[in-house]
Amino acid sequence: MKARVYVTLKRGVLDPQGKAVCTSLHQLGYREVTDVRVGKCMEVTLGGLPRREAEQRLKAMCEKLLANPVIEDYRFEIHEE
Amino acid sequence: MKFGIVVFPGSNCDHDVYHVAKHVLGQEAAFLWHKDASFAGIDCVVLPGGFAHGDYLRCGAMARFSPIMKAVEGFAARGGLVFGICNGFQVLAEAGLLPGALVRNAGLQYVCRDVYLRSERQDTPFTARLKQGAVLKIPIGHGEGCYYAPEEMLKELEERRQVVFRYCDAAGQVTAESNPNGSLRSIAGVCNERGNIMGMMPHPDRCAEEVLGSADGRRIFESILHGWQPARRLRI
Repeated sequence: MKARVYVTLKRGVLDPQGKAVCTSLHQLGYREVTDVRVGKCMEVTLGGLPRREAEQRLKAMCEKLLANPVIEDYRFEIHEE
Repeated sequence: MKFGIVVFPGSNCDHDVYHVAKHVLGQEAAFLWHKDASFAGIDCVVLPGGFAHGDYLRCGAMARFSPIMKAVEGFAARGGLVFGICNGFQVLAEAGLLPGALVRNAGLQYVCRDVYLRSERQDTPFTARLKQGAVLKIPIGHGEGCYYAPEEMLKELEERRQVVFRYCDAAGQVTAESNPNGSLRSIAGVCNERGNIMGMMPHPDRCAEEVLGSADGRRIFESILHGWQPARRLRI
C-alpha cells in the first residue's frame, strides 16, 4: 500500500518560494496566475496494515513528524497496489 | 558552572560554544551526544548551531526526537537552563519547548552578516547583565530564521514578555530595514513563560572575544554565569 502525503503552508504563513515562482510565471506570460504556494509531497510505502489502521497511523505520523502544526496543514491519500 | 553542549549529527558550532564556556568564561564544559538518554552534573544545556540531521524535512524536525531531548525536556521541567542558538533554537521550537516556528527567510537567501539586537528584558537568566534596551552587535548565519507564530500566539508572547531579542538598527530602533529575514515583529529570540529556556537565531558564540570583531556575545554567556548559584545544581 502506498500513501501520498501532502504538506502545505497554512494560510497566512509567508511563502517567499511561492511568490518567486509566481513572479517567474508572470514573466513567462502566464498573467492569469494570481498566487502560488509551494508545498511538499511525500510517498510513503506501508506494508501489512488494514486500511483503517494505516489511516490512523499516517495521521499520527503527520502530526508527530511529517508536518509542523504551527505552520503547516497536511492531507494524504492511500492507494492499494 | 558546567555547560553541557548537545552534539547532533550535523551540529557545527558545538566547538564554538565549548571554546566560549571553557576558555573565555573559564568554566567547565562537556559534550552531550544526542543518542545519550541522560546526563548529570550539568547546569546549563546548550543546543548549538549547525544542521542537525541535515536539516532534512524541516530544520530541527528530526533532532527533536533524538534520545537526549527527553532528558533535556526533563531538565528544563525541573528548572534547568536550556539555551538554543540558531539551529538549536529551531530544535527547541520543533520540540514545542519554545513557541512559534522558524521558516524560510523572506528574501529566500542564506544571510550571513552582523546584525544589531535590542535586549527586551533584563529579568531572564540569559540577559541579567544586559539593561533593557541594550543594543548588541551579533552575527547571524541562517536560511530559515524567519520567526513565525500565529497572531494570537504573538499577542500572548508580548503580554507575557517572552520576546527577549528583536532585530534593530545601531541606535536600537526596530525598523523594517534592520530585519534581516522577515521575522514577525522583528523577533530574534524568545523564552518560555518560566524564563529558563531561551532560543535565538543570532550567534553569541561567534562574537565573545574582541579579536572576532565583537565581544557582545560574551555578555549573554556572562549573564548565565552571573545568575547561577552553585546550590541550584542540587535542586536540579
